Amino acid sequence: MVAAVRTRLAKVFAGSKRPGSGIPARNVIRVLVWARRFAQVGFLAIFLYFLFETGFRGSFAAEGERIRVSGPVEAFLLADPFVGAMTLLSTHTVYRGIAWSVAVVGLTLLFGRVFCGWICPFGTLHHFFGWIFPSRYLKGGRRVEQNKTHPVRQRVKYYLMIAFLGAAATGSAIGGLLDPICVAIRAIGLGVIPATQYVAGRANDAAAATGIQAVQQTGDKAQDFLASTVWQSKQFYFHQTWFIVTLLVAILFLNRFVPRFWCRVLCPLGAFLGVIAKYALFGMEKDHAKCTDCNLCLVHCQGADSPQGGVKWRQDECHMCMNCESACPEDVIKFRFLPGRTSTIGVPDLARRTVVASAAAGAVAIPATRIADVIDANYDHRVIRPPGSVEEREFLERCIRCAECMKVCPNNALHPAWFESGIEGLWTPILIARIGYCEHSCVLCGEVCPTGAIQKITEEQKLGINQKPISIGTAFFDQGRCLPWSMGTPCIVCEEFCPTSPKAIWAEELEVPKRSATPGENGAEPPMEAVKVKRPHVDPALCIGCGACEKVCPIQDKPAVYVTSVGETRSKTNVILLENTSYTQS
Amino acid sequence: MAIAKNDTDPARLTQKAIDALGGMRRFVSRGDVVVVKPNIGWDRTPAHAANTNPIVVAEVVRQAYDAGAKHVVVTDASCNEPNRCFQRSGIWKAAYDVGAEIIIPGEHRFRSMRLKGEVLDEWPVFTPLVNADKVINVPVAKHHNLAVFTAAMKNWYGLLGGRRNRLHQKIDVSIADLATFLQPTLTVVDAVRVLMRNGPQGGNIADAKDLFTVVASTDQVAADALTCTFIGKTADEIPYIKMGHERGLGTMRWQDLSVVEV
Ligand code: SF4
Ligand code: SF4
Ligand code: SF4
Repeated sequence: MVAAVRTRLAKVFAGSKRPGSGIPARNVIRVLVWARRFAQVGFLAIFLYFLFETGFRGSFAAEGERIRVSGPVEAFLLADPFVGAMTLLSTHTVYRGIAWSVAVVGLTLLFGRVFCGWICPFGTLHHFFGWIFPSRYLKGGRRVEQNKTHPVRQRVKYYLMIAFLGAAATGSAIGGLLDPICVAIRAIGLGVIPATQYVAGRANDAAAATGIQAVQQTGDKAQDFLASTVWQSKQFYFHQTWFIVTLLVAILFLNRFVPRFWCRVLCPLGAFLGVIAKYALFGMEKDHAKCTDCNLCLVHCQGADSPQGGVKWRQDECHMCMNCESACPEDVIKFRFLPGRTSTIGVPDLARRTVVASAAAGAVAIPATRIADVIDANYDHRVIRPPGSVEEREFLERCIRCAECMKVCPNNALHPAWFESGIEGLWTPILIARIGYCEHSCVLCGEVCPTGAIQKITEEQKLGINQKPISIGTAFFDQGRCLPWSMGTPCIVCEEFCPTSPKAIWAEELEVPKRSATPGENGAEPPMEAVKVKRPHVDPALCIGCGACEKVCPIQDKPAVYVTSVGETRSKTNVILLENTSYTQS
Repeated sequence: MAIAKNDTDPARLTQKAIDALGGMRRFVSRGDVVVVKPNIGWDRTPAHAANTNPIVVAEVVRQAYDAGAKHVVVTDASCNEPNRCFQRSGIWKAAYDVGAEIIIPGEHRFRSMRLKGEVLDEWPVFTPLVNADKVINVPVAKHHNLAVFTAAMKNWYGLLGGRRNRLHQKIDVSIADLATFLQPTLTVVDAVRVLMRNGPQGGNIADAKDLFTVVASTDQVAADALTCTFIGKTADEIPYIKMGHERGLGTMRWQDLSVVEV
């Protein structure tokens, strides 16, 4: 029975005639190569599914007054040991689910960098682009040349990793800028998905413009479907996201010249796993004598880890894709448990001085950015953090710029900061009320934040039921632009949308003079009229800084009411009032 | 016009009010596509009384199907994030359970249209509301800080997309314009629980009060004129009701109509 299946499989996998001695690869390797391909596709699909689900779409079945995300959408981040290591160094604690990353460390101790070769969705993207995308510069001998180990450039990722860990030790999880899971979520979630939605929206406009009912209805149905599976029911926009997308495109484009450039040269998570991989029980053994230098292994190598005969295998660089053994026609390469170590290099060949210098550079970078005037002095009023965020210093220790919070926000309120909070704050979340305000009873951003930069708060804490509500800033009126204040025109949309009870915006009703819009008789000065208006005011003790007023203010270009970060609950220094009036609500 | 009181079950109140007008069959014919338009404006729960009571909505849907409707749609263009509003108001589930199609107001559902109003000329209009055989308005009666009180006529704000925040500058005229453009087959005003202050969205349970009343009417102006008395106002204090009256959309002298109390 088993033998029958074996011969079957052998036939399926045998394919075309093999060159050289034509010794077929072991069946187990062929199976493993296919298992790896399925795993890659599967994990990429799960990753994208989680990303699509990082948001809120209502459901007919849900009773719920309490709205939560549909599942562990941040799972890939929780399983990311580089994130775990950074936050451990910066906060000396392990936040909730991040303990999951221990499982990936364990996996690496057994099998080496299988995470890179089998699981990482960003790695899979690079694998895919490196496969379909090679330029004519990357065929045959050139490809072989690029797939040989290039120690100098491949060392860069280790130095980056060390520098980021150094930065973490001095209090900043800035390494998230280059963590592959963070990069993937940020670039796909904030760039690729909204851009695709934009294109689909324009296509639907074109369908609507045909005026043909059947076409319009099909268009609407397609939009409904996409809005309930891939994106949300409205178009999302993200602050300066062009830069994030450009970097993604550039890094994918590099696969044309060096396959998996990102994984080999830049990825700090890959480097982190590489350091652990040297202890792996599973690895490669080579029979150098049999190698004919056909270089078939190098054509397919992912990690540029020297699988060919005659040189030592770089275990820390290998992604465990198994393509080499599968390709080798001469029976040189064997993956097995507890392989002989004679022809293996397990540790990256790093220059000790550069290692020290990298760590020092990372550690020094943080104080250097902090003496710029962004945190302690001259705190920027636009740095409005999501509700439940911890105090700014601790926030920077925790936030890995993964963009989960920005992706999940149902109102498109959270955005990747540009330089609002200094260079160190690049891509950390800030609220831009003009694009979206913070929905009163929503707590989703804290729900998905993998590091606790935004704490998991309850509706009761946020709304302030029998306690003080969580405030993220305070609203101010620009009286010169406000319709009732300066133009004798009724409005107070801000007051309508203010969600607190009692409302933080209150209005005094009064009669004001207003010049008539039409001239008097014989071209005389237009006569004066008296109109009744309600003039809005903010009560800073009640305002929670949600930004609803700013969002809905009809002064389109520069609103007459706007929110700044002052008065935020999380800060003891960014305050206005001497004492906060306490109020409770039910 | 019919007022149903003396019961605490919102479904029965709704049923009684509609029956007193001659039953749903008077308004919905076999094979009709019916749009039921509640107020699903705010991310609030039923206890806050900022949206229409979900049981009232479900009952109207049920009756429309009983009267032979082919398809019943429940929808609104919310003020807060629509998915949250639809879910937390309880309307999504209640309406789904009785077989209605729920349409979330996605951007693609709005198309520019001429409304020919005094202030409302051309606006993006929420298409499900205009592509129907019959429209049943199911607003909630509540306090409104700028418009004083709102129920039936103001509920048509949910017809508009775009930057409707500008409409507040002429809130009364715009409400009258909308009510001129869309005159429903039937209006069922939910006053089961009424927001007495801090309208239109409230936020504090103490702001709302149980009145256990449902009003059914074929005259939207009269419906507003009657229900505003629930928060202690009269139609004369509310300019858009007067405008509706003057435009001949209905009468603000509801006392002149035959009002059945059940
Ligand atoms: S910022 Fe506000 S609306 Fe956005 S996810 Fe966080 S709590 Fe929700
Ligand atoms: S605050 Fe946002 S970007 Fe930062 S770690 Fe949390 S979810 Fe990620
Ligand atoms: S930010 Fe504006 S809408 Fe929000 S609580 Fe303050 S005043 Fe009200």
